Amino acid sequence: MMERVPREYLLRVDRLIQGAVDFLVNEWRPAFQAMRYPIGRMLDGVSGVLEAMPFWVVVVLFALAGWRMAGWRHGLFCAVSFALIAFMGLWDEAMTSLAILVTAVSFCIVIGVPLGIVAGRSDRFWSLLQPLLDVMQTTPSFVYLVPVVMLFGIGTVPGVIATIIFAMPPIIRLTNHGLRQVPADTLEAGEAFGATEWQSLVNIRLPLALPSIMVGLNQTLLMALVMSVVIAMIGAEGLGLTVLRGIGALDVGLAGIGGLAIVLLAISLDRITQGFVRLTTPSGQRSRFKSMITRFRTEGAPAQ
Amino acid sequence: MTAKLKADGVFKVYGTQPEEALRLARQGVHPKDVLSRTGQVVAVCDVSFEVGEAEIFTIMGLSGSGKSTLVRCLNRLMEPSAGSIQIDGEQLLQKGPAELRQVRRTKIAMVFQNFALLPHKTVVANVEFGLQLRGEPRQQRRETALRALEQVGLSDWANRYPDNLSGGMKQRVGLARALANDPDILLMDEPFSALDPLIRADLQEALLKLQREIKKTIVFITHDFHEAVKLSDRIAVMRDGRFVQVGTPHDIVLRPVDDYVENFARELDRSKLLCAGDVSPMRVPLIRADAVRADALRQLLMANKPHAVVVGPDGKPLGFMRGQELEQARDATAMSDLPRRAVASAFASSALIDLYRACEGQAPVAIVNDAGQAVGAVDAGDVLLHLSDHARRSPDGPSMQHGPEMLEAAQ
Ligand SMILES: Nc1ncnc2c1ncn2[C@@H]1O[C@H](COP(=O)(O)OP(=O)(O)O)[C@@H](O)[C@H]1O
Ligand SMILES: [Mg+2]
Repeated sequence: MMERVPREYLLRVDRLIQGAVDFLVNEWRPAFQAMRYPIGRMLDGVSGVLEAMPFWVVVVLFALAGWRMAGWRHGLFCAVSFALIAFMGLWDEAMTSLAILVTAVSFCIVIGVPLGIVAGRSDRFWSLLQPLLDVMQTTPSFVYLVPVVMLFGIGTVPGVIATIIFAMPPIIRLTNHGLRQVPADTLEAGEAFGATEWQSLVNIRLPLALPSIMVGLNQTLLMALVMSVVIAMIGAEGLGLTVLRGIGALDVGLAGIGGLAIVLLAISLDRITQGFVRLTTPSGQRSRFKSMITRFRTEGAPAQ
Repeated sequence: MTAKLKADGVFKVYGTQPEEALRLARQGVHPKDVLSRTGQVVAVCDVSFEVGEAEIFTIMGLSGSGKSTLVRCLNRLMEPSAGSIQIDGEQLLQKGPAELRQVRRTKIAMVFQNFALLPHKTVVANVEFGLQLRGEPRQQRRETALRALEQVGLSDWANRYPDNLSGGMKQRVGLARALANDPDILLMDEPFSALDPLIRADLQEALLKLQREIKKTIVFITHDFHEAVKLSDRIAVMRDGRFVQVGTPHDIVLRPVDDYVENFARELDRSKLLCAGDVSPMRVPLIRADAVRADALRQLLMANKPHAVVVGPDGKPLGFMRGQELEQARDATAMSDLPRRAVASAFASSALIDLYRACEGQAPVAIVNDAGQAVGAVDAGDVLLHLSDHARRSPDGPSMQHGPEMLEAAQ
């Protein structure tokens, strides 16, 4: 038998974590409950709207979005995909997943873009934030579930919270990256014409960083899609739950259509958000941002 | 001349300990030695100059000589390490951030080497940029911007995006953006250096033409001596952070203070730039019509010339005569009795090359002032000597006669 560290020498890291979480749960419960509130409200709102619409209206809307953002082929693809989801009987689940995505991504934008802006303007802040983002991106998705359940409980809203945290890093990173690659002479021009810091941010930095931010949005959306499936494990509703049920009941058909619906949703949304990138990129630089999307997919986030 | 812009003892040190570097530089230590002793870059070293209203003042020097740094000190994109800068007699360096912004928004605008346009805005929106920053109403700033675009000849491109434009057009937009602000002072940091030679020449013409209307005070940066000569009222030649010579293009070409300046001057086709008044010495004697024979002979002898130009009592050239005829004449002959040949005359400002053509054969040419009075006279020998002086200094001199245009056209 191999030697092991004697029991009395074991570092009780598990107890440390337990203690910290207990402390947070006991002392900060009101704060965590308060955080649920805006997320829950938004989720209900978006679900309400999506559920109130006849399915074909949503199909048409996505067909239009797909067409405008990625051409008529993709418009057709979106129409067929959403119609198929409807006719497979997964409409409500899909709309719940969509609502989770919209909510999570909205919060990622509202929190992540300002963080990215501060990071892009302050080397110190970025040097603090960067290791945290690295850890977040190397942590497997289901590891997020444990603390979230401890702090927020189970259900769809805690699921959305886990999704927000999991999907946040790319948009922060790429906002930061976008701000940092704004050409110095363009910024200098702003300064030479008497721009304030704020004017320079609004008129130069952000517009020039926008394509990069949109790449971040695209990545964040894809990560949120992954997480929106995983959070079924903590009781969140949606297509993930369909897959989970199918697996639990050894119902391959159910798990299969759930998986198919997720893939169709993912492709539809991915191409549409890639269209945002193209739309915000000045015509002369399109190829550059095209390559940015591909590079990001093959190598991970650009180092910076 | 009232100084619109005045710089006095400006220094700029890049580095973490500018004080020591500044102290050495003030003692006259060369920036290169300051760098090796302290590791600090003295990019601008004790530069003083004044630029007058409506003047084009060019700062010229090789890359790395500190031109960009200096011009950025003038609107404080770079904070000078020492010295003072005045615009209309007001101290610029004492101003707070809000006052400084006000100066940048109203008094001083800049044109950049790489255009620095905003790719997400249309051409007209780019031109409006400065007006937008200072909060002008939409309607009004659009009108001003369109007028500025018209000035640079790009009215038809107002609603395009910069990416659709060629380099030359982009820089026209850059110029229009600066003009829209209606500043008193334009700072132009190598605005045409990124352009093809033909386009560059185009823009130089456009700028000169525009300047006749707008009469701005322009600080122009270039490393191209041709450009400097073509555009400037005065040129400052910069080297290693210092001004080595300041003067009119003429001064710089004719009286370079050292080899560095002369190397620039050498690039020029001299006979194009130089004019009749510059030939020196003008050795053909001027002899008054009422002079006595003996005096006239002495003058010819001293000048070692076979001919002289005869001038009337009013100073106007009457013709020329040959020394031979003078020698053969009787002692008491008056100048007016000698045979006289018609003499060509040229203004001091005529191009040397034209003058050379006028000196056909052995005839001298009188150089006259605006009143038609002779100020001197030259012959082909004088001009040739002058040109050969040039040829001696630059071995490939004669081939330069083709001039820059031909070189550019060939590219
Ligand atoms: N930000 C900087 N930090 C340190 N050195 C600089 C910086 N910018 C310019 N320099 C140095 O200052 C000198 C002058 O540069 P610059 O003003 O750009 O010259 P020019 O415009 O004539 O080419 C060069 O030696 C350059 O290396
Ligand atoms: Mg420069």
